[in-house]
Amino acid sequence: MIPVPPAIQRIPWKLIALLSAITGFGLLVLYSAAGGSMTPWASLQGVRFVAFLIGALILARFPIKPFEDFAYLAYIGVVVLLIGVELLGFVGGGSQRWLDLGVVNLQPSELMKIAIVLALARFYAQLPPGNTRTWTALWPALVMIGVPAALVMLQPDLGTALAICAGGAVVMFLSGLPLWWFGSAALAGAAALPILFSMLHDYQQKRVLIFLDPESDPLGAGYHISQSKIAIGSGGIGGKGFLNGSQSHLDYLPEGHTDFIFATMAEEWGLIGGLALLFAFFLLLRWSTRVALNARTRFGQLAAAGLTMTIFFYVAINLMMVMGLAPVVGIPLPLFSYGGSSMLTVMTCVGMILAIENDSKTGARRFH
Amino acid sequence: MPRRKPPITEAWRGITFTRRALVVGGAQASLGVALAARMAYISVVENDRYALESESNRVNLTLIPPRRGWIVDRNGKAMANNRVSLRIDIIPDRLHSKELVLGQLKTLLKLDGDAMERINRDLDAASGFQPVAVKEDISEAEYASVLVRLPDLPGIAPARGFARYYPTGAAVGHLIGYVGAPNAEEYQEAKDPLYITPGFKIGKQALEKYFEPVLRGKPGARRVEVTARGKVVRDLSTQPDVQGKTVHLTIDAELQHYAARRIGPESGSVVVIDCLTGDVLAMASMPSFDPNSFSSGIGVAEYKWLSQNDHVPLRNKTLSGLYPPGSTVKPMVAMSFLEAGLPASATTFCGGGLRVGNRVFHCWQRRGHGQVDMAKGIYQSCDVYFYHFAQQMGMDVIAAMGKRLGLGQKFPLPVPSQSYGTVPSPAWKQEKYGRPWAVADTVNATIGQGYMLVNPTQLAVMAARLATGNIVMPHLTQDANRAPMQSLGFAADHIGVVREAMNQVVNGLGTAGRARLPVEDVKMAGKTGTAQVVSLSKGSGKGGLWKYRDHGLFIAFAPFDAPRYAAAVVIEHGGGSGAAYPIARDVMTFLFDREKAMAALEGFETGWGGTIEERMARDFAAWKAGANRPPPEGAA
Repeated sequence: MIPVPPAIQRIPWKLIALLSAITGFGLLVLYSAAGGSMTPWASLQGVRFVAFLIGALILARFPIKPFEDFAYLAYIGVVVLLIGVELLGFVGGGSQRWLDLGVVNLQPSELMKIAIVLALARFYAQLPPGNTRTWTALWPALVMIGVPAALVMLQPDLGTALAICAGGAVVMFLSGLPLWWFGSAALAGAAALPILFSMLHDYQQKRVLIFLDPESDPLGAGYHISQSKIAIGSGGIGGKGFLNGSQSHLDYLPEGHTDFIFATMAEEWGLIGGLALLFAFFLLLRWSTRVALNARTRFGQLAAAGLTMTIFFYVAINLMMVMGLAPVVGIPLPLFSYGGSSMLTVMTCVGMILAIENDSKTGARRFH
Repeated sequence: MPRRKPPITEAWRGITFTRRALVVGGAQASLGVALAARMAYISVVENDRYALESESNRVNLTLIPPRRGWIVDRNGKAMANNRVSLRIDIIPDRLHSKELVLGQLKTLLKLDGDAMERINRDLDAASGFQPVAVKEDISEAEYASVLVRLPDLPGIAPARGFARYYPTGAAVGHLIGYVGAPNAEEYQEAKDPLYITPGFKIGKQALEKYFEPVLRGKPGARRVEVTARGKVVRDLSTQPDVQGKTVHLTIDAELQHYAARRIGPESGSVVVIDCLTGDVLAMASMPSFDPNSFSSGIGVAEYKWLSQNDHVPLRNKTLSGLYPPGSTVKPMVAMSFLEAGLPASATTFCGGGLRVGNRVFHCWQRRGHGQVDMAKGIYQSCDVYFYHFAQQMGMDVIAAMGKRLGLGQKFPLPVPSQSYGTVPSPAWKQEKYGRPWAVADTVNATIGQGYMLVNPTQLAVMAARLATGNIVMPHLTQDANRAPMQSLGFAADHIGVVREAMNQVVNGLGTAGRARLPVEDVKMAGKTGTAQVVSLSKGSGKGGLWKYRDHGLFIAFAPFDAPRYAAAVVIEHGGGSGAAYPIARDVMTFLFDREKAMAALEGFETGWGGTIEERMARDFAAWKAGANRPPPEGAA
């Protein structure tokens, strides 16, 4: 047997295969959605994936200590960017979500999904165990989540605000805060729902109402959900076949290459394709959850679990949306949907989780 | 809320983390399973429903309007057929910037103000997807000019289809009717998507309306794949339309055209019936409208012009025009006398009038006719003869004969409506007015005045039945299984008396000497009639205001000794029967010698100022020029 050099062994081949499988499948769907063409989506998406994968693998080689050290700084930096976007949007008029940096359109709210997890992980890693049930364990975290969530809501971007809250809440939950805090927060949230609802923009309210009764307006705002369900439902078990999806090719399915790409896929690949994709995401999330469980440091544990939640949140909300279980909130399917921002976020998450995994292999665990 | 408080250590935190991470992971996995189940539900359980919805998204069924069946005359000559037509429609529901699009179309298609007015009116009345015709029968160049600008003209639908064509135009307007796009009510009633298909027309009047189910045919269908924006991607399949069936009429198209032309500038009607079969050979009512312009959506001005004309070009006078028959009833009355036992030789003295009760009824011939028998009573149209014997024989005899001969009768003709008039009788008057019958009523009825009202078709049927003694029923369509004709049961010599007397009207010492046919060996029998419209105090009936002039009537059959054709001519306000019988003469001549008849007609038309089409076009232009001025007072 030829001995495999350690440098090669250290590369996470299985994970790369998994990510490539998901993205590769996505490329096929993008190819089909473009009417059987690599342009405009598939080729660019493929190039992006390779670039981000290399970036993630480089990130994986970093020790996790700097992530912990710079967590607060990064968080503050992203909050400043969010404020900057808000100001620019105020000047430019209308909804503004990104900063045009010339080369790339930076969407700070995407960065915030990671920054909030890292900042909270650091906060709870440093929190003395004895303070876990005290006020000091709660209010800084609430402020840290509240400020960016509010800024993102102003953009307005309900989906991302929810993602930030979800990532933050999971870190808080895992840090050992008393369960009844979460229970009463859930109750209070439910009670405050009507008030929160009234604070939403008209179009957001409409989306929520349409979600509750999509058939009420099949040609208007309920059109997205109706057409998406038609695409998935008409695919059946085996799908209509590659390049044969009429819903996407004839433009009935809106956003068939971005938010609703799962419907485009399901139409052509059917239930089999859908289950395969779900299984692939299951494998990815199982891996990252295992990394969290086996992490060497408390920061590593909390960060890996929070980042896992961030990835999961993308997948879950997107799939619920396309299947008519959630309002249309504009969250892409990670690695699958066309678009750089979400892929950048997810690949950053993956890179960090890899770094945490590498870290756990190097030294003794601090806990247990 | 935890009551017991274990010491919080790093180890406890580690255990809590593991426990809670497993809970979170488990929750995530459960949601994943739920999503898988949801997807399976949509794509397996609800697959049928969504597959159907996807299919109905993808496939757009476009109906192809069926080609309408032809309407042909007795010789197979087309009276209504189809020709290729290019058209532009608007689908109101897809029309977003109305002003912009209409403005563009106005310049592209050179639409005049009249057409724009009609389009706007139709658009206001239109429902959702009901197409509104912008212009039909446009040229290839106009069609192409719209076609290239189609992306900038949302809501505009150009189409290549068929249009109804009536070769003889106005001459068959009333007889055949016309077609038109279904209106909103008709669509609501039928609920048939064909009704909102551009280019589809339904029969709106007369035969076109009556034979709609036969003429319509079956629409074809084109299945196309369309995008969400309505762009056609490709054809999936096309099923050709099935043309409607041909309707075979008994009409002789050339005779119909001739009769319509021969009426000339007058307002009147001509009905010709084949005495042997009951086939209606011509049914002309003039002035008329051009069914071709109705079928392609008539302009406001043209419609106004037609509806304001005092010659009522929109009324089919052959069936809906009711007139006092005047003296044309005299052969019928004479037949009733004969059948009731009055010998033809019975005479009375005409001194120019007859006192009935305390009133004197005049004969049209104030000088009197002297001794008058039945034949002279008919050919000289002596009123006193009928005044005298009618009182003797009674009104019931006359009314019964009138009805047997077709007066007051509604014929089983394929027409949407016919006015069947009145044959008055004592019982009828009692019921209608609650007053008893007076002798004066009888006297009036025997000369076709008073309560008596008939339509020209009834007059023609009466002539045919008098001539043959058979129950001639008028037919407009050919049918192999017609019941054989029944006899009326008249004595042969009675028929002979009436035929001979009517022959004398034309060929003897009668009132219509100028009606003699210019054809060797064929003698036409007839009877003149002059129907008073107003009392003599308002005018003599011969001149003066058009609308106060007498109607001129004439019934005829030929050859008199072996009747083959019967005819009735009614000229409204013609000033007397002299306006009617020359037309009957020429129409009858046409049946026996077309060249002679055509020669006569061409002479007349030169005098009138051209053919029907030429005169109508000139009238319309003059009317339009005058329409800008204040409306003229009355009809001069």
